[in-house]
This record gives sequence, C-alpha cells and structure tokens, in this order.
Amino acid sequence: MPVKNNKKVIVVGGGLAGLSAAMKLAEQGCHVQIVSVTKVKRSHSVCAQGGINAAVNTMGEDDSPLIHAYDTIKGGDFLGDQPPILEMCLCGPSIIYLMDRLGCPFNRTPEGNLDFRRFGGTLYNRTAFCGASTGQQLLYALDEQVRRWEVKGKVEKFENHEFLRLVLDDQGITRGIVMMDLFNLKLEVLKADAVVIATGGLGLLFKKSTNSTFCTGAANGRLYKQGMIYANGEFIQIHPTAIPGKDKMRLMSESARGEGGRIWVYGDSSKSILAPDGKTIPCGVTGQPWYFLEEMYPAFGNLVPRDIGAREILRVCELGLGVEGRMEVFLDVSHLPKEKLHKLESILDIYAKFTGHDPAKVPMKIFPAVHYTMGGAWVDWPAADDPDRWSRFRHMTNLRGCFNVGESDFQYHGANRLGANSLLSCIFGGLVVGTEVPRYLQSLSSSYVDASAGIYEAALQQENVIKQDLMGRRGHENVHRLHDELAEWLVKNVTVKRNNQDLASTLNKIKEIKERYQNISLDDHSQFANQTYAFAHQFSSMLELALIITKGALLRNEFRGAHYKPEFPERDDTQWLKTTKAAYDPQQDEPVISYAPVDTRYLTPVLRDYTHAKKIKPTLENIPANIALPI
Amino acid sequence: MNAKKSYILKIFRGHPGKQYWEEFELPYDPTDNVISALMEIQKNPVNRQNLKVEPVTWEQGCLEEVCGSCSMLINGTPRQACTALIANLLKETGSDTVTLAPFSKFPLVRDLIVDRGRMFDNLKKVHAWIEVDGYFNRGPGPKMSQEVQDIRYSLSTCMTCGCCVEACPQVNDRSEFVGAQIISQVRLFNSHPTGKMQRSQRLHAMMDKGGISHCGNAQNCGKVCPKKIPLHDSIAAVGRDVGLQALRDIFSFPDRE
Repeated sequence: MPVKNNKKVIVVGGGLAGLSAAMKLAEQGCHVQIVSVTKVKRSHSVCAQGGINAAVNTMGEDDSPLIHAYDTIKGGDFLGDQPPILEMCLCGPSIIYLMDRLGCPFNRTPEGNLDFRRFGGTLYNRTAFCGASTGQQLLYALDEQVRRWEVKGKVEKFENHEFLRLVLDDQGITRGIVMMDLFNLKLEVLKADAVVIATGGLGLLFKKSTNSTFCTGAANGRLYKQGMIYANGEFIQIHPTAIPGKDKMRLMSESARGEGGRIWVYGDSSKSILAPDGKTIPCGVTGQPWYFLEEMYPAFGNLVPRDIGAREILRVCELGLGVEGRMEVFLDVSHLPKEKLHKLESILDIYAKFTGHDPAKVPMKIFPAVHYTMGGAWVDWPAADDPDRWSRFRHMTNLRGCFNVGESDFQYHGANRLGANSLLSCIFGGLVVGTEVPRYLQSLSSSYVDASAGIYEAALQQENVIKQDLMGRRGHENVHRLHDELAEWLVKNVTVKRNNQDLASTLNKIKEIKERYQNISLDDHSQFANQTYAFAHQFSSMLELALIITKGALLRNEFRGAHYKPEFPERDDTQWLKTTKAAYDPQQDEPVISYAPVDTRYLTPVLRDYTHAKKIKPTLENIPANIALPI
Repeated sequence: MNAKKSYILKIFRGHPGKQYWEEFELPYDPTDNVISALMEIQKNPVNRQNLKVEPVTWEQGCLEEVCGSCSMLINGTPRQACTALIANLLKETGSDTVTLAPFSKFPLVRDLIVDRGRMFDNLKKVHAWIEVDGYFNRGPGPKMSQEVQDIRYSLSTCMTCGCCVEACPQVNDRSEFVGAQIISQVRLFNSHPTGKMQRSQRLHAMMDKGGISHCGNAQNCGKVCPKKIPLHDSIAAVGRDVGLQALRDIFSFPDRE
C-alpha cells in the first residue's frame, strides 16, 4: 500500500551541499528540516576562496565538460568512480548559470559576461570566481534561497543543534534522528523518512588545518559506529599554500597562483634534486630565486595538482632550502599588476592582518596544511545506463534512507581533488539528492508515522546514557590536550609523507588516546552552552575516524595521489586500483577494512604526468546516451 | 617593545543576570591571537586567583574572518576575535591587559556568546533574496558590468557579524532601529537586475518602524565593519531610494517611474 504523501526530509549540515539539497527538495514539494551546529550562513563553505569549475568554454579554448572530466579523473589518480565524475562535469555549466541567476556576484568580463580564471591540474580557464571568496558568495546565494523557502514555511531550521544519532527501525530503515540543542543541551527526536548528511570534512582531527572549527567529522564518525561504511579514509588533501598560525593554518588560495603568483626559494647550486623526468638537477643558482615548480613541471608550473605541489615544497624544505632554513617557502604576487591584485584582495588582506606584511610589496611565506577530506561516507551511484538505475538511489549510504553528500561523502575526487572542484561537487551532489530523495520517499511502503514509538525512545535512551557517562567522568585527562596530542601524531605521520613503521605506531597511539579518553574529566558540568561537553562527545567519534584514516594508509602499499609512501614509490593498479571500505565492529579495536573495484568504464588509467602534458582531446568511451542531469 | 613574559586576559563572563569579570594570566607568545588565548584557557582553566574555573565559552568558526562567528568586544571595540592579535592589542593600549566582553545589544547566551538571531530575522523582512522562477537550467543570469559587480561583491561580503549594529548609538533599549547591516542588504538586492523587481517591497520595509529614518548618522558602523563595506554609502543610497519610493507610491504606475 503506498504511503500518505509524507515528504518530510531532515538535512544535517548547512554548507553548500546541505543548502543546495534543501533548496531543491523544497522546490520538489518536500518539507525540509535543517539541523546545523551553527547558523548555516557561517558554515565552512565560506572558506573556499578561489572559485568553481565548469567547462563553459567562453574563453575560445575549445574546452568541454569531457576534458573537465578527464582532468578530474586524472587529477584524482584514477581512484574516483567515473560515472558520477562525468555527470558532475556535464552539469557544471548549468550550475554556474543557476548560481549566476541566484545573484551570486561572479567577476565579469568587459562585455559583462562571466569571467574565468585558471586553476591547478588543468590547462584551461574554467574557474568562475567572486573575488577571492567564491565559497562565501555561493553559500550566501543558497542561504538566501533557503530563507525564501523558510518564509514560505517549506523549510525549518534547527541551528545550534547537533546531530547525534540516526534512528533506524527494525528493518534498518531510516526514521529520524536524535539531536542536541547546543544551548540547553536537551536531547530531541526529529522524525522523517529520509536523512541527508552534509556535514563536511574532518580537518579538525589534525587541529591545525585550513578547516573551520566545525569540521570535526563527528556526524560521520557516529554513523560509522551505527554501521555506515566509510570509504577512502586515507586520502587527505594537503594544500600547498597556507599561512602558518598558532590556532589554525589559514588558507592562501590557489587563485594566487592562478592569477600569476610564483613559488620560490633561494637557490643553492651545491645541492641537487631528482626531477620528475628522472634527471638529477641542481637546486637553482645560489643566491637567486629558484622557481622550482616551474623548472620541474614546465607544462603546469605553479599550477600542478595540490598533492604534487605540497610534496615538492616539503622536499625542497627538507633539503634545507626553506626560508631561512625553516619549513616555509615564498609565494610571490608582488610582481602582479593592480587589477590582478584587486581580484585577490580579500586573501591578501587576511595575510596582511595576520603577519603585518603587505603581499603586494613582499613575498608571502607559506607552507602546506591539511585541507580537504577526499574520503567519506560510501554512497551508491547507479550509472545512467545501469539496468538497475531506477531501483537504486544515488548518494544513499548503505543505511537505507540515509544519504550523504558534499565533502562528507567519498565521491568525485578519488585520491586527490583538483582546486575549484569541491564547490562544484557540493552543489551538484546537493542537487542530485534533491531529485533522488523524493524518488526514494515514493518507493517506501511504510512511513515514520507508522513506526513504533519504541525506536525513538530507545535511541533517546542510548544518547542519555552517553551523556550521563561523559558528564560523570572524573579522571585526570583534559580532552583538549588529548586532541592536541592526537593532532600532533596525525600531522607528523599521516599527511604528506607516510611510512609503515610510523603509521603502525600512530595506530597504537590512537588506541592509547582512546583508553585515556575514558579518564577525562570535564572542566565544565554546566547544563547550558557547555562546549567542553559538546567537544568531548565529538572527540570520541574523531578517534574512530583517526583509526580509519591511519589503518587505511598503513594497508595501502602504493603511491597514489595524496597518499605518498616512499617505500612504495609507484602507483600499483594491479593491486590497489580499488576503493577502501571501512566498517565498524564493536568486537574489534580496529576498523574492518575491505576493498571494492573502482568504476573505470570511460577511461582506462594512464600515467599521471604533469611535466609535459599538452592540451589534448581525450577520448572517453562508453558514454551513455541517456544521461539525465538534475537541473 | 620589551620582551613580555605574560599578559592578562580580563573577561566579562557569566550567565544572563549573573555576569562578572574574571582574569586569566597567560604566557605571552607573539603569534597569539584572542582565539588561541581562549584555547589555552580551555586546556588549563585556572584563573588569576589560581582557582580552577569553568572554561570560557565563545563562538568561533573559520578563524580567517569570513564566517562572522567570533564577534565580541575586544578592549571595548566590536570586532572579530580571530584577527585580533594579542601583540597589537597590548601595543595599542600600552598595558598588560586585554579585555573581552560579549556584545551588549543582543541577548546574552553565556560568557562571550550572544544570540544574534535578530539580524537573520531582518533578512526575511526585507526580502533578501532574488526571486527566481526555479532551479532548472534557464541559461545565464543578466549581464552585468564589472563596476556593478565590484560594488555588489563588496556589499555581499557582509558576514552578519553584528559589529555595525553593536557600534550604533541608535540601536538601544528605547529604539527599534535595525542597523546598517540590513540597510546595506536592501541596497545589494535592489542593485541586481532581477532583484530590482521586488524593490518596492524592500523599500517599504525600510519605511516601517525601526527603519532607515532612525539612522542618526553617527557613522560608527563603517568604522567597525571588518569587511570595509561602504555602509555609509548604503545608508545614503537607500535613504534616497526610500524618498523616491514615497513619491512613486503616490504618482507612478508599474510600467513607468
């Protein structure tokens, strides 16, 4: 019997992915409840600076979505499933136009059309941008549309509320969530037949990252403990250029290089380095600026993909060539004309505010930092021409009715994300969910209205037990200091360069911290806006995610994208062209890891070369004729 | 400046109705900002009397002045805590103390956290969005000159942080003035070719109680805006538009000015 038309959907997270999903779902007639730990307008998407990719091809370059897909697949070192990547790139131009219509203030050409800049990992100008705070502007445009639906009564917001648990019925079907009001700490149930998780990345595990402090990954960690599969955890993007700071690493956008910024150190001809073409070359001329990326990667120069940029900067610094011997290199925009500096104003301002130096006059000092979580919730993607396309649901996790989208899912970016692809993947994923969820709701033969009250009571009870336990702990450990310790180990051993010995000891360290976490004591026992309690609750999930990342890295004996292991210096497609899937088993102290094949149906993996690539017309095979885009 | 060993963070904290000053002595590090100082207190919440106390609570997010979370009064000035460097603050006052307090013109939640929901509600009242037909592909939006984009982008960087509202003398217990933030948003949406179609709705909201006529032209708003948004220009522009709208309400037809 078909259910009453109960189109209630919960969206957890209010960044680009969550808001684009909410907006589309509201348009499709759903009633949407958004749950967010902050005012959605403050979500981490605001930190995205450089732009959003789409092969609109208005610059006379003969660009196309297929070349964009090729660049994305290759940029991700062939670990990304290809059908979702292809559809994302095909949808890119429509998404840019949609955001343009929503009033997002994109930069313009003299004729008043959209302007595009160049970004890493491509030779084409296909990045639309709003100054140097594109993510902020895209988020605001969506925030405005969602507010419009709020006024119409189709969207409700629960801001300053945190997702704690998914409520599943006896058949394992999603029926709602348990959330906590971060002001009065009250636990509450929300009921719905579909839940969309869009909670972003987990940079805060590493503490000093370019991420906002909201990015704990806790929602995914909690879902993982409830049985959700987490994929490709070991792939963490390190951004080559960030401003080192005590509380965080502040992003210095790739657009600084897209507009012509150059990375250099003072050369030292007495030292030498192995270039990617196999030749050993001297480290520039002593006392002269050495533009090492331009010399080693003549085709892409300063705009090599981020994993390569970060590794080369580290390599050069390890040779002692960093600024005054420190782990820092120069990023120079001081030679750029005024118009170009104007386009970068917001990020150059931030640099000046934090360092007291004007980047228009002196080169900036930067270093790589943890930036993006390529891995995330495993989600389904039936391709357009799969026979079971319409009986499966895109972006649904293995938990029925629980979708996952944006940086918190594992899709689109493989082993390394290209710059300006994240904003695209977040909005695209959100729009996909906006059309898949209504279809899922229609397929249901029962609704949360019929679910027994017992499942909600039991879920609340479980959360109450956790709350009492945490509040009652009276040990000697401070959870913030444990966080510092975890972060220090992760940054040292699980970022740019990894080796099995250190990964194994990090795994043990995380287990040790997990034990000591049992002995924390909260310095705050208040029942109101207790941030120590909220963080202690999150930290438990962060430890689970740390285990997934570290164990995945330990097992993967190859070099692919952001996962670089000098002991295994080659990509190994025979053994490792596969997706890592981590599952939780309460009986074991480590995640259970299995592997699934990567969907490479359009493009057979080739060598990932950035030294002499030219603009080529790639051939993608087997492209289905019946692709239906979400907009 | 001579090498400092420590400095004092003096914080106005507590729950509604029970606020008090508390001092913390922290080791000086030239790279500290207000956020990293507050993080130190989380790790070791001991005040100057050497008593273990509850760690201070505050709002934070991006820590690069683009999300608007960490607004507070720092040495009495409304600003973002992430870009407030301790070394500069000490140098400015020549003292060894930095004071932190929550905003005073919004309801207190706890310690340095206030409820700024009012500003978001105001966005609803002024129709702060573009009324598009739907979220399907209908081709690009209207063409726009780079000059117009420049202004719209600047207006659109407003983080709803509330510094301008906090600094405004006209926002007080006896007035319902909405403040510069929302006036500037009216200008933003009325500057868009599609947004312009709902211009009169927004301007009428500005004629309501608490609207633009309450501005006393003290110009504090522009001085404290962390994004350097031309708020005074916005107030002048919207003030002029409201005047014209009043005339249009009497004399015009929808198809002509």
